[in-house]
Amino acid sequence: MSRSMKVCGGILVFVVVLALVGPLISPHTYLQTNFDALLQKPTLGDFHLFGTDDLGRDLFVRVMLGAQVTILVAVVASIVSLVIGVAYGAVAGYVGGRVDAVMMRFVDTLYALPFIFFVILLMVAFERNFLLIFVAIGAINWLDMARIVRGQTLSLREREFVEAARLAGVSPARIVFRHIAPNLFGIVIVYVTLTIPQAILVESFLSFLGLGIQEPQTSLGALVDAGVNQMEGASWVLLIPATLLALILLCFNFLGDALRDYFDVRDQR
Amino acid sequence: MGAIPTLLLVIVLAFLMVHAAPGGPFDDERVLPPETQAALEAAYNLDEPLHQQLFNYLSGVVRGDLGPSYRYRDYTVSELIGSAFPVSLKLGAMAMLVALIVGVLAGTVAALRRNTALDKFVMAFAMTGISIPVFVIAPILVLLLAVKLQWLPAGWSGNEGTGRLVLPVIALALPQVAYIARLMRASMVDVLSSDFIRTARAQGLGTTAIIRYHALKPAMLPVLSYMGPAVAAILTGSVVVEEIFGIPGLGQFFVRGALNRDYTLVLGIVIFYAALVVLFNLVVDLLYGIIDPRIRRR
Repeated sequence: MSRSMKVCGGILVFVVVLALVGPLISPHTYLQTNFDALLQKPTLGDFHLFGTDDLGRDLFVRVMLGAQVTILVAVVASIVSLVIGVAYGAVAGYVGGRVDAVMMRFVDTLYALPFIFFVILLMVAFERNFLLIFVAIGAINWLDMARIVRGQTLSLREREFVEAARLAGVSPARIVFRHIAPNLFGIVIVYVTLTIPQAILVESFLSFLGLGIQEPQTSLGALVDAGVNQMEGASWVLLIPATLLALILLCFNFLGDALRDYFDVRDQR
Repeated sequence: MGAIPTLLLVIVLAFLMVHAAPGGPFDDERVLPPETQAALEAAYNLDEPLHQQLFNYLSGVVRGDLGPSYRYRDYTVSELIGSAFPVSLKLGAMAMLVALIVGVLAGTVAALRRNTALDKFVMAFAMTGISIPVFVIAPILVLLLAVKLQWLPAGWSGNEGTGRLVLPVIALALPQVAYIARLMRASMVDVLSSDFIRTARAQGLGTTAIIRYHALKPAMLPVLSYMGPAVAAILTGSVVVEEIFGIPGLGQFFVRGALNRDYTLVLGIVIFYAALVVLFNLVVDLLYGIIDPRIRRR
């Protein structure tokens, strides 16, 4: 375990705990407006730790709620991409041959496309709701996962325990999901850590443009968007959610990089 | 390369996505009388069967006709794209140029000074640049350089001259600088440790000459293949940057269209973006063959 792994892991745990507990201990709610206290600076007195926004809502609670939503969307979307990517990659790698070639050619084709625009297209065409956002964001991040899993499966397929299972008459589907998939665990965890920041990026991008999470619900991207409109008079409304978002992304990226190095080193031994 | 089938797939997928959606473009705010509804749908050929509409649309795309815009009633989608794209192109091309020059330089310097404080600084900066999204970098740059220090204009309209381009280009280029610097450092470290560089060094060639005549070209190859994704990333980034700085480019039309549910405009721009990315990937593939003759023999 390197130091940056511990630091980043620690920060992320702290942010998650704070996001979950913060709204519970604050006397304010994320909806409650107060027109006597518009755009107040951060203060301890009224327990407006991060100040208030342009409707007098407590920014601390809203930022914590936004962090909750952002992390929830990212984790669920990453699980969606994990399921698609592992299933797709494992099947391509295990079946091999022409099927593999066609399946991976399809992945290459999709790779070249600016996928996020398709998500926006989906958001325009359908009613926006949480489920659609989960699925749409998950559906664009599975390509890396599919490639990695396929590569691993190709080498696992030749191992003795798989051959033994085949000789014992285990069905291909069962071999893929019971014998090969569990052995992908380590590498999959690493790539999930790298997928989460990408999902956060997509979600906050959409919310920033007003195409993602809708009011009165909020996310860090939506809060940054709101902050941009207030930044000349009240810079903290922008800086606080922007800093938190940047911190979360930076930590996930560092953690993912460190984990990847960590696992690679062990593979080489 | 399968550029044409890829594009065809994109158009069909995007078209079906829009048309499979529940509800049409004309039934949001108030309920129209059924005759008006029918007349509107007939005017936009929405009363025909889906496969016929798809066929019409495809044959239109081939002729460069992306249909009428639903919201900007007097314009066709192609006209809107034609008027807005030059602004975005200028912005994107400058950002790409800056990203290439700064990224390649920074990566090369980091590789030459490997494991020094300078290298660590460049790499930490690159990691930060990759992690922080454009829509966080851009407002903070504006806050710092335009609002607080007042060195540069924050907005587009009312500010003629090149000054108004500086902040948008920096915001757009920064994440790509970071990516290219990382790629460049990794491949330059690889190339510098190969045998032909050792030979060149043994012959007494200086570092500058080695980099310029021997190492730069092979080390650039990974950067070159990143150009395709970079174009996609700059297109995505330009949507945000144009929104923040109020630049009347294609990205702003795209966001407005998406918020107004202007189906044909959004569909047209998605197809246009996809075509750009596919085209650029094709150009990169061709360039690859020119720079690295080993590829051509396959």
